[in-house]
Amino acid sequence: MAGCTGFGRGRSGLDMDRIIQFENIGLRYGADDEVLSDISFSLTTGGFYFLTGASGAGKTSLLKLLYLAQRPTRGVLKLFGEDVVMMHRSRLPGFRRRIGVVFQDFRLVPHLSAFDNVALPLRVAGMDEQEIAGPVEEMLGWVGLGGRQDALPASLSGGEQQRIAIARAVIGRPDILVADEPTGNVDPEMAKRLIGLFEALNRLGTTIVIATHDLPLIGQIGHAQMMRLDKGRLIDPTGALRFPPASAAREGQRPGLPLGSAQ
Amino acid sequence: MSGARFSAKAAQRRWLPQGRRGPMPWIIAIMMFLTVLAAACALGLGQALLTMRGDLAGGYTVQIVEANAAKRAEMVRQVEGFFHAETSVRSYRVVLESRLREQLAPWLGEEAQSGDLPIPALIDMKLAPGTSLSKIKEITREIIARAPSARIDAHQSYLAPVEALMRALMWAAAGLVGLMLLVTGAVVVLAARSTHDAHRGTIDIMHMLGATDLQIARLFQRRIALDALLGAVLGTIAAAALLWLLDRNLAAAGSELAALISLPWRSAAVLLGLPIFAMLVAAVTARITVMRALERSL
Repeated sequence: MAGCTGFGRGRSGLDMDRIIQFENIGLRYGADDEVLSDISFSLTTGGFYFLTGASGAGKTSLLKLLYLAQRPTRGVLKLFGEDVVMMHRSRLPGFRRRIGVVFQDFRLVPHLSAFDNVALPLRVAGMDEQEIAGPVEEMLGWVGLGGRQDALPASLSGGEQQRIAIARAVIGRPDILVADEPTGNVDPEMAKRLIGLFEALNRLGTTIVIATHDLPLIGQIGHAQMMRLDKGRLIDPTGALRFPPASAAREGQRPGLPLGSAQ
Repeated sequence: MSGARFSAKAAQRRWLPQGRRGPMPWIIAIMMFLTVLAAACALGLGQALLTMRGDLAGGYTVQIVEANAAKRAEMVRQVEGFFHAETSVRSYRVVLESRLREQLAPWLGEEAQSGDLPIPALIDMKLAPGTSLSKIKEITREIIARAPSARIDAHQSYLAPVEALMRALMWAAAGLVGLMLLVTGAVVVLAARSTHDAHRGTIDIMHMLGATDLQIARLFQRRIALDALLGAVLGTIAAAALLWLLDRNLAAAGSELAALISLPWRSAAVLLGLPIFAMLVAAVTARITVMRALERSL
């Protein structure tokens, strides 16, 4: 597979299955030039990945492919070992339920309360109403919005809406969490707290993919891998551009956990 | 907590905003008002046709045109004798001459009553139900043998033009019912598409969270079915009120033809079933429309 790399941490107890595979993926909208070209990489279950790149580099388009909002115009895209490019659309909801998404523009349902927005993935999945209240309240408390359960999105600040969006994305314990600039609207303290949430989720086995410009944020996750997009192409798919660099002598921060295990 | 206060279904219903209902119930109400009136017209005329056919079926008038009163009376007697013996003749009645003269008086004046003006003898006769055409021809021959100047007219032929008109009106009304239901379906399609477009953002979010097309379509289906039921019930109540008023006016008019137009309980049940039918049409149409719209997205 051309340009394919397996980012992974090699943590004990976690398998090394390729949960996401891109092979020569291309994406174009209409008759325009490709916004993504020859993208090839694979991500392993339980990995923590950052996706960086300048504005317009194609980060959001790549994330859309990941959370099945878009199909590529060419190439092979496998999620959970199955090719989703030619998959019948009736099978897609089952895959989407395994993927949590934090949208850059939050995409909260405007007429639903904070509680109902966070509860949405559980209700969509058909969970009993009695089993929903506890986890939702706990999650809202976790993101610091325990007292605003009945608030409508319009009455919440940008940061609060972002936290609701994150709570909604993680409430269903997804296998993959895809986040587009998840800490863009929150203060550093809350950003740290949210990253802690992502790490906790990652420790439970969720594969995390975060698109961000926030270098300090990337620096907080020592074991994370980094992918960089430039003009629709993946730069250094071998993972050499991981941040912080291996030479940053952070090995001691997480004993036994290498900063990166790019192959 | 807010989430726990509601049942799962109630929570799902809130996935779409619970705002104002919009104009659809009122449009459906008007459509249903017209549909019920057209259906009542079709059913009423159908019933009138059945009644009329039942009343006129097998009915004949034998007209014996003979200027000589004695000969005429003899012919009537002969024909009466034949009718009496013929088992296919269920009943017969000689119309009294005095009654005929009374009926002719408005046109012939005093002369009709004088007895100087010869008038034909009339015998109303009813054949047994199911009498074959060959038997009718045989009876006709026997009548002519006894009264060569007799003219035999089937009662049905008198009102054939009226029957044709009523039948045409009945089918026109039935066609209107069909058209109205078609338009109701079209209104639902437009409403479903409009509602779908208005909530596109929410639908996209639901899709991204893993909602199936069916889960989303059910929301629209339920909402549109309820709107349609509300409108259909309102329209049916208004139409029923108007029909009741018309029925009272027809009864007051005392017209025999109008009296034929009545709605038996079966027809009334059909009319009352129309709102349910409209709701089902709306629900199925909304579901199909939304499912098709959703299929265009990923």
